[in-house]
Amino acid sequence: MRHKLILLLLACLVFLTCKKHPNYMTKIEAVNIDITDSLGSTASIDEFVKPYRDHINKDLDSVLAYSVDTYSKSDGELNTAIGNFMADLVYVQANPVFKSRTGKEIDFVLLNHGGIRSIISKGNVTTRTAFKVMPFENSIVVLDLQGQKVKELIEYLVRNKRAHPISKLNIELDTDLNLKTASLNERPLDFNKNYLVCTNDYLANGGDRMNFFKEPDSLYILDYKIRNALIDYLKNTDTIRPVRDNRFIQTN
Amino acid sequence: MNRRKFIEQSAASAALVTIGGLGLQSFTSVRSKHITILHTNDVHSHIDPFGPDDGRNANQGGVARRAALIKSIREENPNTLLLDAGDIFQGTPYFNYYGGELEFKLMSMLEYDAATIGNHDFDNGIDGLFAQWPHAKFEFISANYDFKNTVLDTLVKPYKIFNVGGIRIGVFGMGIQLEGLVDKRLYKETVYLDPIEITQDMSRILKEEKNCDIVICLSHLGYYYKNYSQKISDLNLAKATKDIDLIIGGHTHTFLPKPTVEKNFEGNNVLVNQVGCYGLKLGRVDFYFDEDQKKSGSGTSIIV
Repeated sequence: MRHKLILLLLACLVFLTCKKHPNYMTKIEAVNIDITDSLGSTASIDEFVKPYRDHINKDLDSVLAYSVDTYSKSDGELNTAIGNFMADLVYVQANPVFKSRTGKEIDFVLLNHGGIRSIISKGNVTTRTAFKVMPFENSIVVLDLQGQKVKELIEYLVRNKRAHPISKLNIELDTDLNLKTASLNERPLDFNKNYLVCTNDYLANGGDRMNFFKEPDSLYILDYKIRNALIDYLKNTDTIRPVRDNRFIQTN
Repeated sequence: MNRRKFIEQSAASAALVTIGGLGLQSFTSVRSKHITILHTNDVHSHIDPFGPDDGRNANQGGVARRAALIKSIREENPNTLLLDAGDIFQGTPYFNYYGGELEFKLMSMLEYDAATIGNHDFDNGIDGLFAQWPHAKFEFISANYDFKNTVLDTLVKPYKIFNVGGIRIGVFGMGIQLEGLVDKRLYKETVYLDPIEITQDMSRILKEEKNCDIVICLSHLGYYYKNYSQKISDLNLAKATKDIDLIIGGHTHTFLPKPTVEKNFEGNNVLVNQVGCYGLKLGRVDFYFDEDQKKSGSGTSIIV
C-alpha cells in the first residue's frame, strides 16, 4: 500500500511540476528568405489561380481600338499627341457626367505629364494598354477655381514648360518663353472670374505641387476613374490618330 | 515478502523506471519548445511571380512558390504561425477585377493565421473590404483602429492569443494614420488611436494579464521615416514600449537584409522585421524555449 501511495504522489508530482514549469525564452533565430523559382511550386495553388488568370488575360487582351501610330509622352515639348489624347478624352467622357449632375459644363482639363505611364503602340489597343497607360486608380474631379488660382495654374504651366496634358485651354508663349496669351475658345482668360477645371484627384490633393488646386470654391467628385474613362472612350472609338497641335506653343 | 507484494514492488519499480524514462524523454522534447513565426507584408495582389523579363524582380515571388516554402517549413515544425502585416490589396489587375477575393482565398489556402489592415486595404472602401470578408478564413487584428461606427464593428479584434505547442503567443495589430493617406470617403468612421498608448495597453494585457510567452506586434506603421524621425514608426514604437518580442512591419516596403534588434523602453531587445513587398520574401523568426531557466542563462540569445 505504501508503495502505491508513493507511486501516486510521485506521478502527481511529476505531472504538477511539468505543468507548472514556465517557459524561458532561450534563443531567437531570424532570417528573411527569398521566394525564387528554385523553391518549387504548389500545383494546387497554380490550378486554383488559373481560371482567374485566364479570364483577366482574355479581358486585358481584348482589342478596344486601333492606333495608327506609336505615341509617347516624350514626343513633344509643350504638347504631345498622347497627352492631348488623354486630356481630350477625359473632357469627352467627363463633361456629360458633370453636366447631367450639375447642369454646368467643364471649362478646361489639366492632367499631369507624369500620369501617362506608358506609350500607346501602333496596332491594336487593348484593355492591357489602358492598364499600362493608367495603372493608378485616380479618379476624375472638377474644381470650381477662383480666377487668382487659375492665374497661378497658368503661371505654373508657363514656368514648368512641360507637356502637362490640357484640353480646351490654349496657351501661347512668346520668343522669350513668357506668357503671351491664355485663352478658352479664343477668348482670353478672365482672372476675375471662376472656372470649372477638370483634373484627377491626385493633382487636386496637391500632387505634382499643383498647389493652386488646394481650397477650391467647390469640389465635384465624379466617381469616374481615369482608366475607366480611357477604356470607355476606346470602346467607342474605332481608330485613334491623335496629333500634336497649337494648344500650348511658342510663337514669334 | 509474499508473492503478491513482490509483484507490487516490481510493478512499482517498473513504473518508476517508466516514469523516469518518460520523464527524461518528455523533458528533452516537451521542456524545450520551438515556435516558428512566418510573415509577409505589402504583397499588394502579387499572385503570379514576376516574369523573366522584369527589370528588377525577374522570376521572383509568386503565391504557389510561397505555399511550397511554407508547407516545407510546417513539415519541419508544425508549431508555426503565419502572419501578414497588411496592404494585401492593390497592385495587379487581380485586385481591379476581383476586388481582393482571390487574395483572401489564397491566404486562406496557405492557412494564414492572422493579418492586420493596411491603408491600401481600404482602396475599395471599408465596404469593399467588408464584401471580401467571407473569403478570409483567418483573423483580422487591429488594436488602434476603432471600427465601432463602421461595418467592421466586432469583426476586427484588437489581439488574438494562439496556443501553439504549449506556448502562448499574443499578437496585436497596429494600423497607420489614415487621414491624409486615404480618402475619408473610403475609411468612413474608422477612428485612428494613438499607437504608443494602445501598444502600452496591449503589451500589459498580453504579457501581464494573459501571461503570453511571446508578444508580437503586427504593424502597418512603417519601419522608420528618415525625414520625419519623430513620426511614429516600428523603430520608434519599439523604443517607446516594453514587453514586445517581435514587431512585424509593413507599409514602407523596406527590404531588411536581416531583422533589426532594437532596445525597448526598459533596455531589453525587441526584434523589428519587414520583408519589403510583393511577396518577394518570407520572414522567418524561430523562438526557442526551455523550462529550465539555467538554459536561458543571462537572457535570450538572438541570432540574426
